[in-house]
Amino acid sequence: MSFISYLVNGVSLGGIYALIALGYTMVYGIAKMLNFAHGDVIMVGGFTVFMTMQMGGVSPIVAVLSAIVVCTLLGVTIEKVAYKPLRSAPPLAVLITAIGVSYLLQNLALLLFGSNSRTFNSVVPIKPWKINDRLTISGETIATIAVSVIIMIALTLFINKTKIGSAMLAVSEDRGAAQLMGINVNRTISITFAIGSALAAVASVLLCSSYPQINAYTGAMPGIKAFTAAVFGGIGSIPGAMIGGLLMGVIENLSRAYISSQIADAIVFGVLIVILIIKPTGIMGKKYNEKV
Amino acid sequence: MKLKATTKNNFLTYAMVIVLFAAVQLASGAGMLSSHLTGLLIPISYYIILAVSLNLTVGVLGELSLGHAGFMCVGAYFSSIFSVIFRDAISSSLLRLVLAMLIGALAAAIFGVLIGIPVLRLRGDYLAIVTLAFGEIIKNLFNAIYVGIDKNGLHFSMKNVMSMNMDKETGRTIINGALGISPVPRDTTFTICFVVILITLFVVMNLVDSRAGRAIMSVRDNRIAAETVGISITKYKLMAFAVSAAFAGVAGVLYAHNISMLNTKIFSYNTSIMILVYVVLGGLGSIRGSIVATLLLYLLPELLRSFNDYRMLFYAIILILAMLLNNNAAFRGAISRITSKIFRKKEAVEK
Repeated sequence: MSFISYLVNGVSLGGIYALIALGYTMVYGIAKMLNFAHGDVIMVGGFTVFMTMQMGGVSPIVAVLSAIVVCTLLGVTIEKVAYKPLRSAPPLAVLITAIGVSYLLQNLALLLFGSNSRTFNSVVPIKPWKINDRLTISGETIATIAVSVIIMIALTLFINKTKIGSAMLAVSEDRGAAQLMGINVNRTISITFAIGSALAAVASVLLCSSYPQINAYTGAMPGIKAFTAAVFGGIGSIPGAMIGGLLMGVIENLSRAYISSQIADAIVFGVLIVILIIKPTGIMGKKYNEKV
Repeated sequence: MKLKATTKNNFLTYAMVIVLFAAVQLASGAGMLSSHLTGLLIPISYYIILAVSLNLTVGVLGELSLGHAGFMCVGAYFSSIFSVIFRDAISSSLLRLVLAMLIGALAAAIFGVLIGIPVLRLRGDYLAIVTLAFGEIIKNLFNAIYVGIDKNGLHFSMKNVMSMNMDKETGRTIINGALGISPVPRDTTFTICFVVILITLFVVMNLVDSRAGRAIMSVRDNRIAAETVGISITKYKLMAFAVSAAFAGVAGVLYAHNISMLNTKIFSYNTSIMILVYVVLGGLGSIRGSIVATLLLYLLPELLRSFNDYRMLFYAIILILAMLLNNNAAFRGAISRITSKIFRKKEAVEK
């Protein structure tokens, strides 16, 4: 019984990782850059809910919506101000700029909210589901799994069925050719950042509801793990990010429960290295043939 | 006698370091350095070593590494175990530190080769994430391990001090889990750091200018072409990785023997990223650039101290602006127009 509860919690954590990893992987697929500031967008989303709901007193739904709006605007602004001027710059320069943005967001949050963790009130109104005496699934877990499944299905449909989705796929395949076909590349990249950041906002609400604390560094570690999950699944691949995120969450939770909570992170990262040694482009990664 | 351009360049780098050292010594002799600034000298030194050694991987070999702090961690921990065990047996602190550095360098180099093997199959961002994962694993493991020593030898445990089953009278704990190693003998001095920086520069710059260095750069510039002319990619990638890791290990040794209370907090990916920022802002492949960038960027938050809470905010903004100004075509064009005007004026005057 306890195994099932660890597994369910792992799937829930994995769902959060998957939502964050989707942001990483979409941005990577289209802009070919590692958006290191993505984890801190999560933190901003969490603080937006914290401010509006716990300090402003609005209803949870309005708070969540405002977090989505704030994160979307933030993501698009970051892209326009910091990344767009560097579109033709070497990848390392973009990486360092992203790190700069990450520092900036963290330190802004430190200035505004101080370094102490704040208690985050859960926004999930669902009651815990008591299956039997030993197995109870919390409302947050149910909500997380439900929301992440819905979002993943919606996102897959959006990418595969709509014109904008096709444009995104085309830009990630070959930016030059996409531009020749009349696709507005800059707009597509902006839309990608907007979607990725909106997903980060949803992830932040779920994350802070399940682990009810928030501080300036809340987004850093989940960000890094989700980034790992994206690589796990094959960076640039949307189903890969989902699978990678879920696997990460399950492995992390099971090793925390059965092996050792202290070295759970080491195990997760160890599995990543082993997978990359066996399959260097991740689980769902595309093979690339090098032409001489 | 006419010197080769690279030789000249290298001598300039040595001269810069020596002049800086002499200036610092003079200033501290004259009592011009505050105690706060004196405390920064050793950290700046080991960050210079870290930046120069990371430049070998990122700049010369052209592979992105986000786990440099992991190698530093390996060096710090292995050497500190040694120093704690032989604290009384070796009375000379210099000899103890030199041996510790050798052990730290060797341990880190072995880990460098270990992590280098998967690296051979991976490229670009995948490699970056594996090095990041490696750094986190190392940090995590050292955080969870307990090591003790008694008359029967070394004891290990992943649970707690009690489960090592040490002899009650002679047993003493070396690594106490997340509390780390304390106290590590404080053997590091600024002069030793200076000597180690010179050795690092000597090894790295000579490696870069050697046949092996050119082979490493050819792997960076065009892997397939390099392979076609018979360069062993495996050998040279591992070589660059091992040397880079070894010096990161030495930097870790200097850190551990300066801080006295060693734990894994500093060895997070944030530190690796900070070193990477030094390397990129200093210029990929430029050893002197790494040194200058480390000096400036390490001192920048200290210079901004009067802004108090806002200093890290300014640091972040300066970092973003530096990258934007350096890499944006429009900005660059404007700058080069201005500089070319100035230079043209100078030429005209000379004529």
